[in-house]
Amino acid sequence: MKVPYSWLKEYVDLDISAEELQEKLFSCGFEVEELTSPGAEISKVVVCEVKSCEKVEGTHLIICKVDCGEYGSDIQIVTGAPNVYEGMHTPAALDGATLPGGVKILAKPLKGIPSNGMMCSGEELGLNEDLYPGAEVYGLLDLPKDTVPGTDIREITGLNDYIFDISVTANRPDCQSVLGIAREVAAVLGKELKMPATDYTVTETTIPGLEIRVDAPDLCPRYLGHAVRNITVGESPRWMRRHLALCGLRSISNVVDITNYVLLEIGQPMHAFDMDQLQEMKIIVRRAKDGEKIQTLDEKEFTLTSENLVICDGNRPVALAGIMGGLNSEITEKTTQLLFEAAKFARDNVRRTSRALGQSSDSSARFEKGISEYITELGMARALHLIQELNCGEITSSAFDCSAGAPREGKRFTASLRRINGILGIEVPAETVLDILRRLNFDVKRDGDTLDVTAPRYREDIEVGEPDLAEEVIREYGYDHVVPTFLQSATVTSGGKTPAQQRRDRAAQVMCAQGYNECYTLSFYADSDLDALKIPADAPERNVIRIQNPISEKLSVMRPLLAPSLLNVTVENLKKGNSEGRLFELSNVYVPAGKGEHPEERLHLGFIAFGDEEDFFTVKGSVEALGEAFRLKFDVERAEDVPYLHPGIAAYILCEGERIGVFGKLANEVTGELKLHKDSKANHKIFLGEIDYAKMMAHAAAGIRYKPVSAFPEAVRDLALTVSEETTCGELMNEIRRACPAVTDVELFDIYRGEQIGAGKKSMAFKITFTPADKPLAPEDVDRFIKKILGNLKFKLGAEIR
Amino acid sequence: MEQRIKALREMMEHQIGEVQSKENLSAFWQNFLGKKGSIAELMKGLGAVAKEDRPAVGKIINEFKLEAEERYKALNEKLEQAELLARNRREAVDITLPAKKHPLGHQHPLTLVKDEVISVFSGMGFDVFEGPEIEDDDHNFTRLNVPKDHPSRDMQDTFYLEDDLLLRTQTSGGQIRVMDMQKPPIKVLVPGRVFRSDSDATHSPMFHQMEGLVVDKGITLCDLQGMLDKFVQQIFDANVRTRLRPSYFPFTEPSVEVDVSCFECAGKGCSLCKHTGWIEVLGGGVVHPRVLENCGIDSSVYSGIAFGIGIERITMLKYGINNIGLLFENDLRFLKQF
Repeated sequence: MKVPYSWLKEYVDLDISAEELQEKLFSCGFEVEELTSPGAEISKVVVCEVKSCEKVEGTHLIICKVDCGEYGSDIQIVTGAPNVYEGMHTPAALDGATLPGGVKILAKPLKGIPSNGMMCSGEELGLNEDLYPGAEVYGLLDLPKDTVPGTDIREITGLNDYIFDISVTANRPDCQSVLGIAREVAAVLGKELKMPATDYTVTETTIPGLEIRVDAPDLCPRYLGHAVRNITVGESPRWMRRHLALCGLRSISNVVDITNYVLLEIGQPMHAFDMDQLQEMKIIVRRAKDGEKIQTLDEKEFTLTSENLVICDGNRPVALAGIMGGLNSEITEKTTQLLFEAAKFARDNVRRTSRALGQSSDSSARFEKGISEYITELGMARALHLIQELNCGEITSSAFDCSAGAPREGKRFTASLRRINGILGIEVPAETVLDILRRLNFDVKRDGDTLDVTAPRYREDIEVGEPDLAEEVIREYGYDHVVPTFLQSATVTSGGKTPAQQRRDRAAQVMCAQGYNECYTLSFYADSDLDALKIPADAPERNVIRIQNPISEKLSVMRPLLAPSLLNVTVENLKKGNSEGRLFELSNVYVPAGKGEHPEERLHLGFIAFGDEEDFFTVKGSVEALGEAFRLKFDVERAEDVPYLHPGIAAYILCEGERIGVFGKLANEVTGELKLHKDSKANHKIFLGEIDYAKMMAHAAAGIRYKPVSAFPEAVRDLALTVSEETTCGELMNEIRRACPAVTDVELFDIYRGEQIGAGKKSMAFKITFTPADKPLAPEDVDRFIKKILGNLKFKLGAEIR
Repeated sequence: MEQRIKALREMMEHQIGEVQSKENLSAFWQNFLGKKGSIAELMKGLGAVAKEDRPAVGKIINEFKLEAEERYKALNEKLEQAELLARNRREAVDITLPAKKHPLGHQHPLTLVKDEVISVFSGMGFDVFEGPEIEDDDHNFTRLNVPKDHPSRDMQDTFYLEDDLLLRTQTSGGQIRVMDMQKPPIKVLVPGRVFRSDSDATHSPMFHQMEGLVVDKGITLCDLQGMLDKFVQQIFDANVRTRLRPSYFPFTEPSVEVDVSCFECAGKGCSLCKHTGWIEVLGGGVVHPRVLENCGIDSSVYSGIAFGIGIERITMLKYGINNIGLLFENDLRFLKQF
C-alpha cells in the first residue's frame, strides 16, 4: 500500500518527519516495508537563472552564465539544449551533483570549453508530466520565474516527498487507502482528521428508463449507482495527477482519474459505465450463465460459469464484478453520460473468480480483503463531489441504492474495563482507555467498570467483547508498557516428551551412532520417483494421496515410501563428489484410507549407505544394532520380490516372525538408470532399507526386567561342520540353538571350501557358548550337548562333523 | 688363594665390559656363578686350604660370590632396560596416521533446534503433542476462528487433497486437538511439519513449526512476553530481550510479532538485524476466546496465550545459514557440521 507523505498531510496536520512517522506507524501495527523519496538520489541540483547565452560557432553548444544564488552568481555551464534562453529559470546540476540512476556530474570541458555542471531536463530528474508540468518537454525544464536561484530543485518540484509502502494486515481492510492510513495517523498522533469533501448537489434531471437490480444479493450485498450526464472528458487538475503519479498511476482522463483517485484515497473501487453503451438502460447484477463470455478492458476474453458474478445491461455482461469492467461499456473521449458504480461484493467470491480466471486488478485486490458499506457510500459521494469540483459533469437525480439490508450503524456492545486489563495483564488507566478508543473513533460511554461501545462503521474487524478493545488499547498505549511476568498464576505442570517420543529420539540417536546422518526431505514427490524404483503400476505403493493443487508435477504425490527420497539425496551427494556416506530419515509416509476416513500417516525409518566400504553385511550390522537398542531380535528372510532391491542381496527384516522392513543392495536395473557419471556408477555400492517404525515398536517391550547373570563360568566349544552348499548359516545356527537350550550364543568364524570337503559342499566353523543355569557345567555335560546338537544337525540338515 | 681371586676379579671386570647381550650375560653367569663356574671351583678348592685358614678364605670367596651376583643383577637390569627401550622404539607408531574409522552420524540441525526448544519449554512444564500432517478444514481453519470467506485464508497458500482434506498450513490445529482431549491447566508444544504452496530462496513448500499453548486461569499478555523472554535467553543469549509489536492472527487477540534484540550486535545494528537492532523471531498472542469456546473451554473462567515458532527461522539465525534450501538438500558436507 503506497501512501505519499504529502497526500497524508492533506488530512492530518503532520509536524513530524517521515522517519518519525514511520516509527509511529510501526508502533501501532503498520509496518512500513519501504520508505522512499522520489528525489532520494538527487543532490546538489539547484535552481539557476540563465544570465547570458552565447552560441559556439560550428557546434550545437551554447555557453551560458548562470546565477545559482548562494552557489555562485556567475557560473559558466555549457549546454546543448536548444530551448535555453536568457532569463530562463532551470535546474542546474553543479560540480559533484548526483542524478537518478547514480549519474554523477562533474565540472569538465565540453569540446575544450570549461563547463561547471549541467542544466537538466525534467526527465533527467526523474519527473514526468503528471508530477511536474512541462517535465516531458524536449530540452531543459522551464521553471517559473518566481523560483529563487540556489533553491534545492527537490523543493521546487516536490521530489522531496516521501512514499510509505505500508504492509496492512488482513484484519484491517479499512486501511487500504490513504484516508484509512490518515485515520490511524491522526489517532496515534492525537490529531484531528480532516475529512475529504463529499458534498455535491444534484440537478433535477433524471435518466428516463434507467433501472438497476441486484439478483444475487448474497454476492453483492450493496450496490450504489448514480448517473452523471453532460460529461466533458478532459485533463485532470495538477494536484490529482500528481497524487496519482506518486502512487504509480498515470493520468488518463478526468473521469477515469476520478475512479482511480477514489480507489486510492477512500479505498472504494469505483467503476464508470458509458451509459450510451448500456443496452435497454439496465444494470442487472447476477451470476453469469454457464458459458457466458466477457471481454474485459484489457481486451482479454473470459468464459464464465455460475460461480462468477457479472454486471449486465439488458442483454450481456458489461463488467466482471469487482475485478474489471467490460470493453463494451468503457469510458472514452466520446462519453457524454456515465453511470458510477460503487458496490460491495462478497470477498470470497471475488477471490475465487479472480483465481479461477487468472484475472486481477487493484479493485479485486481490495474487494478480496473486504470493503465496508461505509466506504462504499463514502466513495460514491467523493466521486460525485470530484465530478462537481472538476466541473466535468452534471449530477442527475438518478441514484440507486440496492441493499441486502445490512445495518447502517457500527457494532454496539458493552465491555468491562477490568476484563480489558485482565487480558493485557497491566492496569491501563480508565481515562487512557477511553481516550484511546475515542481517538480511534469509537463512541464510548463509561459507567463504572462498564463501557458502552459503538465501533466505527468501517471497523468490521471489531468483534463484540474485550479482546479487540484490548488490542486497540495496547497498540496505541504502547507494547513497552507490557511488564514481562513468568506465568505467575499458572498451575505447575510436569511436562516433557512422552515415552513414545523418547523412543523415537533414541531410534534416531542409534542410527547416528551407526554413522548415519539424519536427513529431512520433502513429504511429496512425483510418480516418476516411484517409476525410477521400478514400483509396478499395480503395487500397493501406487495407491497414493495426490495434491490437487501442487506447485509442480514433481511435488504432487504424498510419498508412500521414503526410499525414493533417500535415493535422490544419495544421487545428489554423489554428483557433488561425496563418494561415500550413510543417511537416514525418520518421517511419515502416507496411506490413503477408504471414503470418509482419515488417511494414515505411518512413521517409517529409511536408511541408505553408499561407498566402497559398504556391503550387505555392514548394513545388516546397523539393522541388528537398531534392534538391540530396543532389545529386539531380528531375523532375516530372503527378499526376492522387492522391485528396487537386488533379488539375491536383499532381506526382509523379521521381528517375532512379522515382516517389519526390508533392506538390501539397490537393484542393478535401478542403479543402471541413475543419472550419474559413468565412472562413478560402477564404483558405487548403494544399500538401502526401510522399516515400518510403528510395526517394529509394537514388538518392543515397554520396560526392562533384569535377568540374573549366571554365577558359573560359561563353556565355549568350536564346531566345524560340513554341509551342502545350499544350507544357510541361519539354518545351522537355528538348529544349533534349537537342539540345546543351554546354548546362549552361536558365532560363525570360518567358511572353507576345498578339495578335502568335496564339490557342492562347504565347511562352516562355529563358536558355541553354553551358559549354565543353576550348577556349573562339567566337561561331560558339554560333550552331551555337542552330541545332541550333532544329532539334530545331521537329522535336519545332513551336516557332518568335519 | 687371594691371588686367584684377584686374578678372577680382573677377569670378571674384563668380561663385564664384554657383556652386550643376554647371551654374553648367561656366559658370564656360567663362567663365574654356574655350577661349574670359577666360584664353584674355588669352593671345591677350599678343602685343600689349611683348616684354621678356612673360615677366612671362605669368607673371601663368599664376598667375591656376592660381588659377582650383584654385578650380574645390575648387568641384567641394565640389559632388560635397554631391551625394553629398543622394543618400545620398535613398536612406536606414527600417531598422525589417520584414525580407524567409526564415523558418527549427525543429527539434522532442525532436529537439534527442535529438541533444544522442546527442552527449554519442557523445563517450564510443557507437554509435547504431535497432530496429523493431513488435516481437515475444521481443525486447520474454521475452529481456529478463520471463517470461510476470510482473507486470512490467503495468508497461507494451502495444498488441498481429496475429500476436503488438506496439508496443514500451521501447527495451530494441534491446539484444537489438545483442547478437545484435555481441559485446563494446559501447557503444550505442538512441533511438526507444515506445508504451504510457496517455494523460493526464503520459502520451502514444507517447513517446521512449533506451536505453544498455555491455558489456565489468569493468563495474560504479560505472561507471554515473560515466558518468551526466558525462551530467547536460553536459545540465543542470556542478554537478549524481546519486543512485542502489533500483528494479526485470526486465533489470537491481541496478536503480536515478537522481535528479539540482535544477539550479533547487541542491538547496535548489523547486517543480521538489517541495522534495526531487532530480529523477528515468532508470532503469538492471547488466545481468541472463540477458539477456547470452540473447544468447550469457558472463556470467562480461563484464558490462554499461544505462540508459533518457525524452526527453520531459528535454525538459520542460530547457525548463520542464509538459504533455507540448504536444510533440505541434505548435502553430507552440510549435515556433518552439526
